[in-house]
Amino acid sequence: MLGAPGTVAASLARRAAAKVAERVPTADLDERDPDVIRDTLPLLWLLATLWFRAEVRGMGNIPDEGPVLLVGNHSGGNMTPDTAVFTLAFSTYFGVERRLHPLAHNLVAAWPMLGFLRKYGLVAASRENARMALRRGGAVLVYPGGDLEVHRPSWQSSRIDFAGRQGYIRLALEEDVPIVPVVAIGGQETALFLSRGDRLARALRLDRLLRLNVLPISLALPWGLNVGDFFGHLPLPAKITIEVLPPINLREEFGPDPDVDEIHEHITHLMQDTLDALAAERRLPVIG
Amino acid sequence: MRVVASIEINAPPQAVWEFIDEPSRYLGFMSGITRWEVADPEHPRGLGARYRMLMHVGSAEVGGLVEVVEHLPPTDLAWTSIVGIDQRGRWRLRDRGLPHAPRTHVELRLSYGVAGAGFFGWLAERAAAPTVRKHLRRSLQQLKRQVEHEQLRAAAAERRSRRGASQGGSRR
Repeated sequence: MLGAPGTVAASLARRAAAKVAERVPTADLDERDPDVIRDTLPLLWLLATLWFRAEVRGMGNIPDEGPVLLVGNHSGGNMTPDTAVFTLAFSTYFGVERRLHPLAHNLVAAWPMLGFLRKYGLVAASRENARMALRRGGAVLVYPGGDLEVHRPSWQSSRIDFAGRQGYIRLALEEDVPIVPVVAIGGQETALFLSRGDRLARALRLDRLLRLNVLPISLALPWGLNVGDFFGHLPLPAKITIEVLPPINLREEFGPDPDVDEIHEHITHLMQDTLDALAAERRLPVIG
Repeated sequence: MRVVASIEINAPPQAVWEFIDEPSRYLGFMSGITRWEVADPEHPRGLGARYRMLMHVGSAEVGGLVEVVEHLPPTDLAWTSIVGIDQRGRWRLRDRGLPHAPRTHVELRLSYGVAGAGFFGWLAERAAAPTVRKHLRRSLQQLKRQVEHEQLRAAAAERRSRRGASQGGSRR
């Protein structure tokens, strides 16, 4: 159906998939390096303060100690600024000694040049890695919406879209850890995201080969038309606002044998309400 | 980077000291401070007392665990960081009063940074300085207001009790 160019593209994608699979590192939580995080806090602070004019509210809602599952909405394409801003806020609030492990897409974990992110605690997103990090007493930052949400069109900036994924709830129940929702806005204004390109990704079988459900199309600096966002982009200085909500102790709030669908509904509604409130505060795109 | 602010407070040093040596008052007069908690409730003040403190600077709340390393009532109180960004702070109180006009020169110093952070550390320290300086100045203004208000309140209470005593005496 795809014709010759489609076949070539699919074959290239297959080869890339094999390469990525080879490169996805086995999670080693000890690769996290508090000294590196500490040394780079000033750079993160400069970026967050001067470029993104970031504002993080409610850090006190995160329990002072113990494992916790931080559940965020994901924005900003492959140059997601929310994670950098949140890492700064978490590290300055609790100290770099407290473990934070953001879960990332396989492609991010495997991408050459991004290996340094493992020093910030980043591990490939899998239930095993998340479980391992929680059992080490860490705070795990998960974006259930993943690549589908992070590349949503800019006009859907204030929409929570976890694509029905509920694995994070099962993980929190299995490990008996509280969920702390983290709601961010502004990331989707760092470029003009036009389309997820999910049909294109399916046509190229990227979903099966690379766990890549999208092939995003955006207008972004310095490329202009940016297909795939594989090499990132220069994010526009959009104001980033993050609000951390109170912790949800699932069994305390939903009973000893809670219904996953009900919890998912509750959390996504809560986050959507917060995102609506954050969106209502913004007067202009980018400027905030 | 070191930032210094000072102010004259119309009160004796001991009255100012009672404010700066009381950790529960810090959230009330220190500008930008979002947390100032006693780390060990059995040792809330004095040499070796530890506090968890955070100050809102730019996009982050920065601070950490600090320990009092100099405690000389009512003149000097200094702290240094144990965990968190590097910092060293100092209150210096100097008596500048006359017999019937108590006055204290109060200086608040804060040195901060991230050792080993290189150029960006240097740049961030300078970029943060105006905010930190503003926080220190506001803190001193709020301290002055609260200490002087407390002095006025104490003086008024004393006048009332004197008046009460003299009225009681004249009735008799």
